[in-house]
Amino acid sequence: MMMDYVWLIPLFPFVGFLINGLLGKNLPKNVVGTIGSVAVGLSFLVTVCIFAQVLKLPPEARHVEKVVFTWIASGPLQVQAAFLIDPLSLIMLLIVSGVSTLIHIYSVSYMHDDDGFYRFFTYLNLFVAMMLILVSANNFLLMFVGWEGVGLCSYLLIGYYYEKQSASDAGKKAFVVNRIGDFGFLLGMFLIFWTFGSLNFKEVFALASKYPVGSGVITVITLFLFIGATGKSAQIPLYTWLPDAMEGPTPVSALIHAATMVTAGVYMVARCSALYSLAPISLTVVAIIGALTAIFAATIGMAQFDIKRVLAYSTVSQLGYMFLACGVGAYISGIFHLMTHAFFKALLFLGSGSVMHGLSGELDMRKMGGLKKEMPITYWTFLLATLAIAGIFPFAGFFSKDEILFHSLVDGKAIYWGIATAAAFITAFYMFRAVFMTFHGESRVDHHVAHHVHESPPLMTVPLMILAGLSVVGGFVGMPLIEGAHVFRNFLSPAITPVAHHAAAHPTAAFEIFMMVFSMAVAGLGIYTAYKMYILFPDLPTAICDKFRTIYDLVYHKYYVDEIYDTVVVEPIKEGSNILWNVVDAKGVDGVVNGSAGIIAYLSAHLRKLETGFVQNYAFAILLGVVVITGYLIGR
Amino acid sequence: MTLNIPSFNLASIGPWITLSIFAIAILLADALSPKGNRTAAPLLALAGLAVAGFQTISLWGKNGLDFARMVYVDNFSLFFYMVFILGTALTVLISLQYLKDYGKNLAEYYALLLFATVGMMLMAAGAHLIMIFLGLEVMSIAVYVLAGLFREDARSNEAALKYLVLGAFASAFLLFGMAMLYGAAGGTLFLNDLPGRLTAGFKPLTLLAIALLVVGFGFKVASVPFHMWTPDVYEGAPTSVTAFMAVGVKTAAFAAFARVFFLAFPTLMPDWTMVLWVLAVATMTLGNVVAIAQTNIKRMLAYSSIAHAGYLLVALVAANQLGAVSLMYYLLAYTLMNLGAFGVVILVGRKKDSYLSIYDYAGLGAQHPALAAAMALFMFALAGIPPTAGFVGKFYIFSAAVKAGYIWLAIIGVMNSVVSVYYYLRITVLMYMKPAEADLGPINFAPAVTATLLLTAAGVVLIGVFPGFLYNLALNSVKIFPGL
Amino acid sequence: MLINYLPILIYMLIAVGLLGVIVLLSELLGKKTHTVQKDIPYECGMDPIGDARSRYTVRFYIIAMFFIVFDIEAIFLYPWGVVFKPLGWFGLVEMGVFIAILAVGLAYVWGKGALEWE
Repeated sequence: MMMDYVWLIPLFPFVGFLINGLLGKNLPKNVVGTIGSVAVGLSFLVTVCIFAQVLKLPPEARHVEKVVFTWIASGPLQVQAAFLIDPLSLIMLLIVSGVSTLIHIYSVSYMHDDDGFYRFFTYLNLFVAMMLILVSANNFLLMFVGWEGVGLCSYLLIGYYYEKQSASDAGKKAFVVNRIGDFGFLLGMFLIFWTFGSLNFKEVFALASKYPVGSGVITVITLFLFIGATGKSAQIPLYTWLPDAMEGPTPVSALIHAATMVTAGVYMVARCSALYSLAPISLTVVAIIGALTAIFAATIGMAQFDIKRVLAYSTVSQLGYMFLACGVGAYISGIFHLMTHAFFKALLFLGSGSVMHGLSGELDMRKMGGLKKEMPITYWTFLLATLAIAGIFPFAGFFSKDEILFHSLVDGKAIYWGIATAAAFITAFYMFRAVFMTFHGESRVDHHVAHHVHESPPLMTVPLMILAGLSVVGGFVGMPLIEGAHVFRNFLSPAITPVAHHAAAHPTAAFEIFMMVFSMAVAGLGIYTAYKMYILFPDLPTAICDKFRTIYDLVYHKYYVDEIYDTVVVEPIKEGSNILWNVVDAKGVDGVVNGSAGIIAYLSAHLRKLETGFVQNYAFAILLGVVVITGYLIGR
Repeated sequence: MTLNIPSFNLASIGPWITLSIFAIAILLADALSPKGNRTAAPLLALAGLAVAGFQTISLWGKNGLDFARMVYVDNFSLFFYMVFILGTALTVLISLQYLKDYGKNLAEYYALLLFATVGMMLMAAGAHLIMIFLGLEVMSIAVYVLAGLFREDARSNEAALKYLVLGAFASAFLLFGMAMLYGAAGGTLFLNDLPGRLTAGFKPLTLLAIALLVVGFGFKVASVPFHMWTPDVYEGAPTSVTAFMAVGVKTAAFAAFARVFFLAFPTLMPDWTMVLWVLAVATMTLGNVVAIAQTNIKRMLAYSSIAHAGYLLVALVAANQLGAVSLMYYLLAYTLMNLGAFGVVILVGRKKDSYLSIYDYAGLGAQHPALAAAMALFMFALAGIPPTAGFVGKFYIFSAAVKAGYIWLAIIGVMNSVVSVYYYLRITVLMYMKPAEADLGPINFAPAVTATLLLTAAGVVLIGVFPGFLYNLALNSVKIFPGL
Repeated sequence: MLINYLPILIYMLIAVGLLGVIVLLSELLGKKTHTVQKDIPYECGMDPIGDARSRYTVRFYIIAMFFIVFDIEAIFLYPWGVVFKPLGWFGLVEMGVFIAILAVGLAYVWGKGALEWE
């Protein structure tokens, strides 16, 4: 049975991490790169084998737990280091290991001139191992280990170019913001343990099903867990770290900050569908946050000139879509979009990496243009991915995004649908804006860079082409309309607990087709607008910006959210720390001594003559403690 | 005239006797051997600790009282014996080169370490409050002297004096509390007898006693508002002694704290848990928040140790079996990760503690990757990030709090550990993401310190990934508390 | 609840009161005369030289400590002598251990040179 070897999946990358980490410094780059890629590739192979085996099982038997060892065994608290094989985790494992393999291969070429080559592959392998643990854990605690582990790797990789101040700052920001989210996750976990006495998914969900819909404790649990998801998956209000995370190398942005880690929150919500389906309030919160993030990030994306930042805001926005889907109970659509998004967004990032590679690291789209001829493969693959994200038939994004739009109207509220459609329009606009600015029109490339613009080597373009292929055909596993043809849904549904009262809605096929055409039209309109503004009338954007200067500035500066956080949260904490230290701890007692009435001042003045330093103050603090504690205990 | 001599079994206090004999032997060997020959003392100390360790293991599983009901021989105390022995042994290992650099590799240092360890054992095993007080003083007096080991250094002197004066002050409260308790209980201080003797009529007196005991123990564990000595003393004392104080003294104080409160006052739990609740919150918060502003690594670790005292108080507040277990587990984990961190501080500090600013860690990751990796591991463990021991320990503690119904306490605790990430992470950021301001130069990797780092690092990961064994040991040990 | 503390309060009041009364009485009843000669510290009829709180060499303290330690040892031997018979062999061995430890201490201070004045 291949399934018994499921532990190999995270083990391979971990071994790669150990080899590269311990010996990599002295190994040639090719060997390091090969070890890294092969390790992840092997995981992918094992996953495929297990997948093939699971397909042979009847749908209701597709839930297998493989215990490796008992991690924390202690009366009420039984936590195992164990893997869960079910359709949901398998899909995630396939996405993670598959996309990772491609990105590893790409990185061998992309990072080739970097001095920290082995360091890069060490971190990247560790990341993959942690991510695989995250998606295959059978309990919350082990999932949390992966959750923290990917956070750690993400932090290390964002700060990979540590010589740059901005990079190490971005790394720290990502870690700290993520910890805020983790705090929610951890509390949710404690509450789960407190309520159900277990942390095992299966046991918790089985026990939870006995609770009524809308139960208070489950609502609180799911809200706490969702705080964790907002941190990891960059949703309002904790999304600010993701755009800054683009300071990391581009393959990292593709792998961690687009395809895999940031989707962990969506995975977690889908994994806990049994809990979320019992908490309508939480679902509403998830849907609202998702919808708001989708539109909010999309608008910011319109005004950015850094190609990776455009993609970053686009990622935030697309993650919003996934949460919106989960929030209206369409978990499968959320995961579906997660998958297609992994393909086309990884491709977009790798494409932008390829552009950077050709342009000696240029990121500003105002200094690109006309690259279509010099970089044909990059251009065509990038274009395919853009069509996919814009939601044009028959590319992958069309199917998944259309499903989300459809469910947000049918299962949700019209307002969700309205917001999501508006976001879809903006997405199509800014993505094509990026394509036009980068590849079309006149070349605005700096002169000293212009003469050696070149297409990337095959080691980079082949992964691009594979991902492009997936972006084109990946959507067909989720064929709408035809009964039973939605292979993806059929496969995934045993692992998902649907929202109870949602079976009723079943609109006609005509309505469904109308919806598709409509969303295509919206996307087309977005593309046309971009075409008009950036190809036909290149002066138009500046004119518009001038006319709406205030709004433009607001959007260009990302609504000043970073600045607001700095003023409202970061600075006060720093200040508070200083105040506590200087005033309360060092001078506070002194202040009490000096500020109190004569007798104490008199005493203290005389005590000071007897002793040097501030020991008397310390003693006074102890005395105060004695008085307060005694007073409390006796007086109560 | 006949005298009734109580029967006793010397084996019950075997570890104490061994350590005392070895400590005396160290002193004698030093006094009688020719000058300049000081290699024997640390070896003798390690040998003594090893023998005491074996004796402790052979006592494991016994459950009873000895020496006229003055001493517990049970797994709870034996577990702590092992923690003390481990902590002291690691302290000996990190001290060697450090003291040599200062020209202070004195035999008395090792003897005092052993005497302090005996005091700690007395505290963990005392079945009578006077025994616990004796242990506390035996330990404290040795540590007072150790803190002032660098006689020529003004800060070391200051540390010793401050600790002595305030320690005496706090001890007085502790003793006064015991006196009150003696009155309230009608003339007994046996922990076993206290619950039955503390009648409702004397409740006010008992509460007064509890308040004073909280002060006494709170001082030793560095709980707010009795924490103020900690930063000064930790900063001024020799680094190896600071490490010893941070782990050993705190562990011993918590052992006694837990034993006395769990065993003697189960009926008054609502009263004292409320007090400790407030202390825990204040301690965690102040420790973590103030640590952010520190730039001296020893001072930062001092505030970090205050914060950890806060977490450990949470375990006391929970006052259930899981709470007691988490306390034991966390103290062991804390011993490992803190000693590891101090080992790195000693290595980086080099000759005469020249590099104690946190900015001296900039660029360490590039120049000494293994050392930086170890430090990063200890920082992550202290911050409570899985899969290290620090995470499992915090998880146990906060689970215990949640289980006991103190959800807000757990929330505050988790929030605090989020804050703590900031300053622990800063060290990692400095090490890996900032270039060195100057070439750090060679670091003298003394074999003993390197071995300590390897051992503690392995331990931190190992008991983090496989905590089950320790958990079972601890669970087995806390059965002695019927009130939980 | 608080009424239970009444005895403590009374006790404290008596203690503080008694002290106060004694100090007050001596202050009130004592006849105070100040002359220059009277306020000079008494030093065997000699005129005082320098500060009264001069420092002594640390050796005095060390010797004083040794004296106290061994003095107490000696004192402790007296009660043992009284109950020597009933304690029997057990007492003899116990006392032997006690004296041995102190003897080791003596050996230590001797070896360290603490007994030498220079």
